[in-house]
Amino acid sequence: MGDFDFSVIAENWAFLAEGLRYTVQVTLVAMIGGIVLGTALALMRLSSNPLLQRFAAAYINIFRSVPLVQVILAFYLILPLVLRLVTGQMIPVGADTSAYLTFMVFEAAYYAEIMRSGIQSVPRGQVGAGYALGFTYAQSMRYVVLPQAFRNMLPVLLTQTIVLFQDVSLVYAIGATDFFGAADKITQRDLRPVEMYTTVAVVYFLICFALSRLVKRLQTRIAIIR
Amino acid sequence: MNYHWNWQFFLQQTDDGLRYYEWILSGLGWTTLVSLGALALALIVGSVLGVMRTTERRALVLIGDSYVDLFRNIPLIVQLFLWFFVVPELLPEAIGLWVKQELPYVATAIVGLGLYTAARIAEQVKSGIQSLSRGQRNAGLALGFTEWQTYRYVRLPMAYRIVLPALTSEAMNVFKNSSVTYAVGMLELYFQYKQIIEKTSQVLEITLVVTLLYVTLAFTMNRLLGWVERRTRVPGLIAAGQGGH
Repeated sequence: MGDFDFSVIAENWAFLAEGLRYTVQVTLVAMIGGIVLGTALALMRLSSNPLLQRFAAAYINIFRSVPLVQVILAFYLILPLVLRLVTGQMIPVGADTSAYLTFMVFEAAYYAEIMRSGIQSVPRGQVGAGYALGFTYAQSMRYVVLPQAFRNMLPVLLTQTIVLFQDVSLVYAIGATDFFGAADKITQRDLRPVEMYTTVAVVYFLICFALSRLVKRLQTRIAIIR
Repeated sequence: MNYHWNWQFFLQQTDDGLRYYEWILSGLGWTTLVSLGALALALIVGSVLGVMRTTERRALVLIGDSYVDLFRNIPLIVQLFLWFFVVPELLPEAIGLWVKQELPYVATAIVGLGLYTAARIAEQVKSGIQSLSRGQRNAGLALGFTEWQTYRYVRLPMAYRIVLPALTSEAMNVFKNSSVTYAVGMLELYFQYKQIIEKTSQVLEITLVVTLLYVTLAFTMNRLLGWVERRTRVPGLIAAGQGGH
């Protein structure tokens, strides 16, 4: 173990950093897309229309009971089939591109459950107050309920995003070059598993640990005093 | 669309003489083995850590908290690669060689997945113990129990029953997470899924079947623990009034 070779890390740092940039990008896109889609699903699940309700429940339950690696691979393979069906031509979709969509769609199921409990945590009187002011359903959601639900759930949404950030490493299944994928590719070439995998673990740990501490502090700061 | 549906390929013979559906069944078996093994390990390690984090010994709390921080902030796939490719190099040479050459993959996979899951179980066990009123421990001490006996006979039996719903969802997660062990060479369900796609290109059929199998596994676990939950419900708590979920 005395031969831990830091120069391997230094030499390959640019490639690793490129992978990390991709990981962060997927995380941010999937977070924003996932929260938007998830909020829509939560509203559908809580709506009075049984059709919408059932659709949202099925979407959420299916994605929550299937392993993410399987979804990543399935989307990567099925997306071109769907595109061919829609456009009639072969459109190649790279692993890097399909991951964005996969994570957005997959994480939406998890964000939806968070937003649902956020919406349900808002006192019923708030909706009534909105209606009393002459708001439509959409307006009372937009101006009264959702802002509070979002605020209440912000720490949970961010914690889920940290999980998402770690889960991006599973694009290994389709060979995309995220942070872990980059380290793995370097390992295949240089045969320095100890240096590479340890570096990935340490960097992931530092980022996620720092972020989860920040979330914890945020949690105490934004708690609404009732 | 010119996708050729073909459900019959499941009965076709593969290169190694088995039929495709037998590949799936064998994958299902490995998935179950790895998951249940990891779950058992996680329950033991997670319980010990959870208890440690509720004691009054600073050192024990620190160890428990650090473990949870460490194992929750590194992705599972990275942890598995550490167990398989880094840890054997750090061990004394003879042991490292034994781990690499003699120890079956499945043991390392179970350890990796189990220790990862243990961090989550530790969180649940800790919150279960902390949800009990202080009087429970004091009553135990007043009866002449040692600190350990209050855990064994008073606090843990309550704590487990209270956090069982959370443990149920962790148990379901283990089955999903076990799919990641394909990356370190386990021939479990996801591996077979990937392999069958490579051999046959019947993406849609196999995706439907494997999705259904994972859903079934999760559902079975849910029902099983739901049954345990009903059997062990603590009378008098709010949760006692509700059905299983």
